[in-house]
Amino acid sequence: MALDDQNKSNFKFVGTRPKRPDGIDKVTGRAKFGADSYAAGMLHGAIVRSPHAHARIKSIDTSEAEALKGVKAVVTRADFSKDIKFTSGKDSEDWNVLENVMADDRVLYDGHALAAIAATSALIARDAVKLVKVEYEILPHVTDVDEAMAVGAPVIRKGAPDKSVPPGLHENVVSYYESGHGDVEVGFQEADLIIENSFKTEATHQGYIEPHACLASLGSDGKGELWCTTQGHFKFQKVCAALLGLETSQLRVTASEIGGGFGGKTTVFIEPVALALSRKTNRPVKIVMSRTEVFRATGPTASTSMDIKIGMKKDGTITAGQGTFRLQGGAFPGAPGGMTAMCAFAPYALKNVHQIGYSVMSNRPKQAAYRAPGSPMAAFAVESVIDALCKKLDLDPIEVRLKNASRKGTKASYGPTFEEIGLVECLEAAKSHSHYKAPLKAGQGRGISCGFWFNFGGETAVSLALSEDGTVQISVGTPDIGGSRASIALMAAEELGIPYDHIRCTVADTATLGYNEVSHGSRVTYATGLATIKAARDAIRKLCKRAAEKWGIPEEAVKWEDGHAIPSGPNAGDFEPLSLKSITEKMGKTGGPIVGHFEATPEGAGVSFATHIVDAEVDPETGKTQILRYTVIQDAGKAIHPSYVEGQFQGGAAQGIGWALNEEYIYGSDGRLQNAGFLDYRIPLASDLPMIDTVIVEVPNPGHPYGVRGVGETSICPPLAAIANAVSQAAGVRLTELPMSPPRILAALKAE
Amino acid sequence: MSNIHVNATVNGDEVGFLCDPRETLLDCLRDKLSLTGAKEGCGTGDCGACSVKLSGRLVCSCLVLGAEVEGQEIETIEGMSRDENLHPLQEKFIEYAALQCGICTPGILVATKALLEKNPDPTETEVRYWLAGNLCRCTGYDKIIRAILDTAADMREAS
Amino acid sequence: MQYYTPKSFSEAIEISMEAKGITRFLAGGTDVLVQLRADIVTPDVLIDIKKIPEVGDILQNSDGSWRIGAAVPGAQLNEHKDLKAQWPGVVEAMDLIGSTQVQGRATLVGNLCNGSPAADSVPALIAAGASVTVVSVNGSREVLVEDIPHSPGKTVLEKGELISAVNLPARNTNGGDAYLRLIPRTEMDIAVVGCAVNLSVKEGIVSDARISLGAVTAKVTLVKEAADAIIGTTLDDKALTALSLAASAACKPINDKRGTIEYRTHVAGVLAKRAAQIAYKRARS
Repeated sequence: MALDDQNKSNFKFVGTRPKRPDGIDKVTGRAKFGADSYAAGMLHGAIVRSPHAHARIKSIDTSEAEALKGVKAVVTRADFSKDIKFTSGKDSEDWNVLENVMADDRVLYDGHALAAIAATSALIARDAVKLVKVEYEILPHVTDVDEAMAVGAPVIRKGAPDKSVPPGLHENVVSYYESGHGDVEVGFQEADLIIENSFKTEATHQGYIEPHACLASLGSDGKGELWCTTQGHFKFQKVCAALLGLETSQLRVTASEIGGGFGGKTTVFIEPVALALSRKTNRPVKIVMSRTEVFRATGPTASTSMDIKIGMKKDGTITAGQGTFRLQGGAFPGAPGGMTAMCAFAPYALKNVHQIGYSVMSNRPKQAAYRAPGSPMAAFAVESVIDALCKKLDLDPIEVRLKNASRKGTKASYGPTFEEIGLVECLEAAKSHSHYKAPLKAGQGRGISCGFWFNFGGETAVSLALSEDGTVQISVGTPDIGGSRASIALMAAEELGIPYDHIRCTVADTATLGYNEVSHGSRVTYATGLATIKAARDAIRKLCKRAAEKWGIPEEAVKWEDGHAIPSGPNAGDFEPLSLKSITEKMGKTGGPIVGHFEATPEGAGVSFATHIVDAEVDPETGKTQILRYTVIQDAGKAIHPSYVEGQFQGGAAQGIGWALNEEYIYGSDGRLQNAGFLDYRIPLASDLPMIDTVIVEVPNPGHPYGVRGVGETSICPPLAAIANAVSQAAGVRLTELPMSPPRILAALKAE
Repeated sequence: MSNIHVNATVNGDEVGFLCDPRETLLDCLRDKLSLTGAKEGCGTGDCGACSVKLSGRLVCSCLVLGAEVEGQEIETIEGMSRDENLHPLQEKFIEYAALQCGICTPGILVATKALLEKNPDPTETEVRYWLAGNLCRCTGYDKIIRAILDTAADMREAS
Repeated sequence: MQYYTPKSFSEAIEISMEAKGITRFLAGGTDVLVQLRADIVTPDVLIDIKKIPEVGDILQNSDGSWRIGAAVPGAQLNEHKDLKAQWPGVVEAMDLIGSTQVQGRATLVGNLCNGSPAADSVPALIAAGASVTVVSVNGSREVLVEDIPHSPGKTVLEKGELISAVNLPARNTNGGDAYLRLIPRTEMDIAVVGCAVNLSVKEGIVSDARISLGAVTAKVTLVKEAADAIIGTTLDDKALTALSLAASAACKPINDKRGTIEYRTHVAGVLAKRAAQIAYKRARS
């Protein structure tokens, strides 16, 4: 969307901290999440899952399960659309999703679904699952990314690599990305110091506390209803329709309140299964995933293996940056090798830069986005090397970053030229923050890191309807995963000039609006916000038209100010201002209902940068780390509701802390996941964390009427590196593998 | 074995339900009594989203069988506010933006109310350790802790 | 699954003797329900002992010893001022298990009977010299806690036997106990290493000691060599080093998702030193 000349900078409502509209529902337990819906005659679904990492299915015998009293139906792959064909590359995504939702003749990871059962109670369904007899022919498996690329690794799927992959690579490499500019070899020649290092990160899970859950109802006439926890009900509508062979519009999807997503609920897992079971039984079917299933069979992020080489002059100038990033995304294409490579050097204005990203398959669950997919890992590697260079050359880490920082006009490492960006402002804020100057004791270390994310626009449609009493209802199509209903109401209040409390924002179902892309890519406040502003302006035009007609003056002679239609100047005439309510209470007679709307795919999403500062202490006898102090500094463009912006900053940092210190997918040599629960998949507890301080930097994004940049993802980009740098300083030894668990730190200390 | 008939008191109201011996209190609250405020986040007592009070003790309802609560008193999130007035903790959580997705919120509120009843003047560390069994993935706990400490101060002043 | 609520131990014993299939006793349920939900153990018969009189009582006998009923949850132990003052190591060990919510249900007896080598309360009970009362058709008998674990997940108890109470000795005035564990986070994790120390101090010198390590052997045991390393010393640096070496030497740990052999062995030595120092301080105050 081009720059809008009606952009604001003095705000009346935007930037305040009103109560969120879903607050009371959520603190009283009334809010309805995915598992909180019930229907008359409802059945419960349960899924049969492979216990093997890789195997051919020889036979599935459901006879004993079907004989169990209360079991009403069984579905397998045969109950899904036969029109979806496999091809290589991105066009195959429906096939990939279907293959993941229900295996065909091979199971590809521990937990892969291969059949499902509907029964009159959840316990009976679970008991029936245990009675299903599957004969497997176990095949060799591979779970490590480097091993999956090596000669001799079991091939996950023939024909999967897309056209980007150069010849000579293992068939498990499905996508290849390469970019850069300048000449890194020349750049390295100019360096006074070159540091090369390799890094590994393990797969982590988004860890949302609400497991996937849905309630589906599908008739033999192809008309269906789906209630589910999701980040994108329009996408779920589209995909479920394809997988079930339905017409899209005949399936209505309603998004429940969502108990966390972070990217992991942007794709279907159990929803097509519930629909298939419902169609077969002619009854509503509810499926709720167990926590074990969530870990085994939803979408963790990729694990990585990375090589970085950076050259620096004595004065801190980075002369060249080179990175190779290998990511495995489970048994399907999709590991964000390209995005990882693109983000890696984005914070730095480099003359010579070169990056390569490999997306690889392995016998693991199909990866899904986790908050800025790929960027946190890239930052971990690159920022660790920059930190090492600064230490070796005895340079201040923030000064070095300021010296090399990307600014407006910088040609980004991944190609485009940056417009207005806020990296320098973040670094300056970090430099002057009291945290950066606070003294440290022995055994403590401080780390800083930058982080970057692109942010996205995406298809958006909003409808803004005025009520006769002068209040407003906004229908949006993006599930609220961060407090966006409040921000959207604030933006509408700003445009309409009426109080925030007179506006109710609802996440509408798929039958109500045009297509809306998933709530991801930090796009909601930006894109749905922009669409809301445009829809409000559309409504205002219509309100002004009614006023003009009432006054008998041309439309152009009426303007909107402070919630009222007023003549635009003394020449327009002398009329009393008309409040919004005074126009709407008569609208039925003056031309009909007034509704503003807007549909588009906005393209002005602004990138956002962040700088984090963290202090850590390491117990040298046990390798245990304590995070002492944490500060997040991030460019939000314009913070619509500062409390929720701060919340995103803090949440991303907390996830980064868990990822850096404790979280990892642990596979046995048998390819089975060993820690599929919150006991041994260790996310941060309240007692693990300090308060997390935040600084909101605002460098407006010219692509949004108020300057908004997405904030949800960038906050997870710096923590891995910031903590690695802090721990490395505290422990006195550089850690290059995540998580930096106590045994790893102790082993590194002993090796010194 | 056929279903077990259980009589108990929930939020001051006498209730009765039938349950399979294997069904947990959480299953019963949600599926039989329509009290869906308690959530299943893990089913193994690791996340606290199912927290309730059972005969005065804070427990995970996923670790109690429905059959075990015969004759006992249960307090859930639904009983926290009185009439149209929210409990001070509930008010403060909204005011401080101490929730984002809200799935952990009922469990945290129930757990915190139990803390303040036992210790009306907890330190930040005491609050954090009391809530160690209540996982939150969205907030990083910062605004939650601030809301609780502030509410505790308000409640002490009011008493 | 058949669920029973016997009103006496003899009734409980009778039900369990007649039970067919997998039988479990239910006190707090914080292990039984987890295993039920995860399809690790689905009991055919579940015997809830909480309706039996006195299972929820903490009693101090006239000789100063303690009797803790089989269904006393950790939270109740933690609230008992006198017990906590006399046996802080035992109480803090139990208190470390799980969350506040788990504490509202979990019991010492359940922790022991679950048979995990990483159980937190077991090393502390062993170090304290605790015993349990085992009831069966043959009456009741006292068994030292260290004689209950058999192997990972199993106790020596036979069909028809169950524990009715935990018995702690009277605390001598110059004694102190402590329990420490190493976990990666601050709470909620299963112990990677646990160490309990119970000792007495006379004029600054350790006069006797019992040291027990958890999560580093197939079953929790008393480590005599570790105790010998500090008996007769003032717990100076030399003694601490000897203690640390003895503790590490006693380890026969495994590599698993929670820790490596090398890590556990090293940390056992570290914790032994730290726990001994805390117990020493408590003994002298």
